[in-house]
Amino acid sequence: MRHTISVLVENKFGALTRIAGLFSGRGYNIDTLNVAPTHDATASRMTIVTHGDEATLEQVCKQLRKLTDVLDVRDFRESEYVDRELVLVKVKVDSKTRAEIMQITDIFRAKIVDVQPKTLTIEITGNESKVEKFVGLMQPFGVADLTRTGKVAMPRK
Amino acid sequence: MSKTTETAKAKAAKPTATKQRAEVGSAMFGRDILVEALEREGCEVIFAYPGGASMEIHQSLTKSKIRTILPRHEQGGSFAAEGYARSTGRAGVCMGTSGPGATNLVTAIADAYMDSCPLIAITGQVNQNMIGRGAFQETDIIGVTLPIVKHSYLITDVNDIPRIVKEAFYIAQSGRPGPVVIDIPKNVQQQKTQPVWPTFEQIKKGLRGYTQPDLRADELALNEIMGLIEKSERPVLYCGGGIITSDAAAELKKFAEATNIPVTTTIMGMGGFPETHPLSLRWLGMHGAAYANWAVSGEFELRKSFDAPMVKLKDGADLLLAFGVRFDDRVTGKFEEFCKSGTIVHVDIDASELNKNRKAHLPIVGDIKDTLTRLNAMLAKRPLTKKHTPWLAQIEEWKKKAPFAYAVTPEIANSDHMKDHMKGQEDQVILQQMVIEALYELTNGDAYITTGVGQHQMWAGQWYKYKFPRQLITSAGLGAMGFGYPAALGVKVAHPDKQVVDIDGDGSFLMNVQELATAHVEKIAAKAIILNNQHLGMVVQWEDNFYAGNRGHTYLGNPDDRAQVYPDYVRVCNSFNVKCERVMYRKDLRPAIQRMLDADEPYVLDVVVPYSEHVMPFIPAGRTLADMKWKV
Repeated sequence: MRHTISVLVENKFGALTRIAGLFSGRGYNIDTLNVAPTHDATASRMTIVTHGDEATLEQVCKQLRKLTDVLDVRDFRESEYVDRELVLVKVKVDSKTRAEIMQITDIFRAKIVDVQPKTLTIEITGNESKVEKFVGLMQPFGVADLTRTGKVAMPRK
Repeated sequence: MSKTTETAKAKAAKPTATKQRAEVGSAMFGRDILVEALEREGCEVIFAYPGGASMEIHQSLTKSKIRTILPRHEQGGSFAAEGYARSTGRAGVCMGTSGPGATNLVTAIADAYMDSCPLIAITGQVNQNMIGRGAFQETDIIGVTLPIVKHSYLITDVNDIPRIVKEAFYIAQSGRPGPVVIDIPKNVQQQKTQPVWPTFEQIKKGLRGYTQPDLRADELALNEIMGLIEKSERPVLYCGGGIITSDAAAELKKFAEATNIPVTTTIMGMGGFPETHPLSLRWLGMHGAAYANWAVSGEFELRKSFDAPMVKLKDGADLLLAFGVRFDDRVTGKFEEFCKSGTIVHVDIDASELNKNRKAHLPIVGDIKDTLTRLNAMLAKRPLTKKHTPWLAQIEEWKKKAPFAYAVTPEIANSDHMKDHMKGQEDQVILQQMVIEALYELTNGDAYITTGVGQHQMWAGQWYKYKFPRQLITSAGLGAMGFGYPAALGVKVAHPDKQVVDIDGDGSFLMNVQELATAHVEKIAAKAIILNNQHLGMVVQWEDNFYAGNRGHTYLGNPDDRAQVYPDYVRVCNSFNVKCERVMYRKDLRPAIQRMLDADEPYVLDVVVPYSEHVMPFIPAGRTLADMKWKV
């Protein structure tokens, strides 16, 4: 099962490695990982998307809480949180496809952030399904490159 | 309130107010700050082997009141620090240089992590500007030890030393204790600054994420435990290292006596409840007492094969109070069959232990001493009326049916040991259990015992009855061979007036044999008994059981001359100026042990025993009580 785990962590030496190590040491892959400081400059929030069976992920969360640098751990369930992801996608264009791509970009309220003779770089923000849909629509035109932030999440309450 | 108490209060408040402020010292080198920080934490001994990246600190140590003990291998030094820590409850401190010095500490760090031992491992590191360049003797020891530390620090600023050392001791010793690594680059050791010594309150405030030491069991849950005890007919207490760590042995005894519940312990919990007590079920698990295992999971008929159905003869516990334990696989065997028909209450300070190996019906996070103290208070208010008489009678019957036992079996009578070493003296053969039994009697059960890892360790668990906490010092979780003798040195340093005996195997003893030099030079009178069967006995036992006795590199003697006892420990020890006797015959055993105990210097007995002796009872790994062999 897919889990979105939010970890509030002290901005200290090695904290990220310790956290990532708990996953790799148990043979679990991190699907996406996002880290950045919060409103409190001494703390960062990590959003980790991973998948695995319930019991092992419960263990991982408990082990995360045990780390000295970890302040809070939440394993988000559906609808308890809002989430977004930002994706930059470089799409191949020519004179025939440019208009159509711009139209789709408009519909998704995405933004063209760079224009080159043979490519467009588009920024799209949204939840997972929106982003996936948009990237899917770009595939036929030819995706030259893609980079994503990974999911960032925040509890509703 | 009278005026005098008010002024007394004001006076008392003043020093605490000044305590809130950190103390600033005069300018010092990093190396001196580190050593003073250790002194301030009450460190009285450090086991340290110098090298290029740590010699600065050794220079400071020559001027310190801290006793520096030079081991002959960093692994020996770090095991000795563990021996010190495990026998006192205070952090043991060891140090090595960068690179190989640091990696040689890794086994003890892993060992301390598995057995929740407070260990401070200090490592020298190459200069900061050389880190990451593949410098001479450079290893990323923080990276290497990440999964086996409670916490670790790379000191990048000389001003951080006082805070980091104070934090390290607090983290290592509190909550569920564990190892903390401090890696300190050489240039930081050489920098000068005015140290700022933080207070404990400041340290605690800075460690926002570290809340473990403050965890207390929920009051509602405690009431629930009381209810479960009142309802139960066949309760058992299953206690582990947590009892010893949280210093709760007295509370446990009070609780067991007030509730009349029998107590079984893990190897880590040995001594947490006196094994001479009528309520003691002694040790449970793979090589534990058959009656302890039956009391927990029920008595079963020995089945012919692992897929045959399990036939239960008698019920085990209907309530298992698991206090300060981690449901280790060597205790439980097959997780699902462990105490299958009982309600399991699990109390531990480490939330990650709850529901990890075996799902508990009532998992409770909290310190066990606090929990037992509060349960005892409840019992004082509302004493239990149940005496569990039929249950205790059943346990007595089991104790009579299957006590720990040994015999000279046909396997031993026909073994190579008899042909090679005992010709004409067959009736004088010494069995391993006899040695420990004699040691127990001759020390009145008062000695501190350390062990290596293997069969001898299991027999040390069975044949010596532990009376007080921290009496048995053993590498339980990691099972690190070579632990016994260096650990004994650490215990003896902490308790110079007590008898400390390492019960070891020939394989384990040889792994840190160089520490005989430390014992002699530092005048540490730790004793060792080598149960020398010329084999890796535990692996041999498994070979006999599961591999038709095919020997896979488990013979440690001299293949060209099997009659020789190899190596000759008498000569080995003598070369270190350590006294040693070889004991071959039963008639010589007790006098030799007595001579060893009477010596006021290091002393080794090399007792030659048969390799064909197996540890009984025996539950194969991952199996059940229907697979437990216990008849000798």
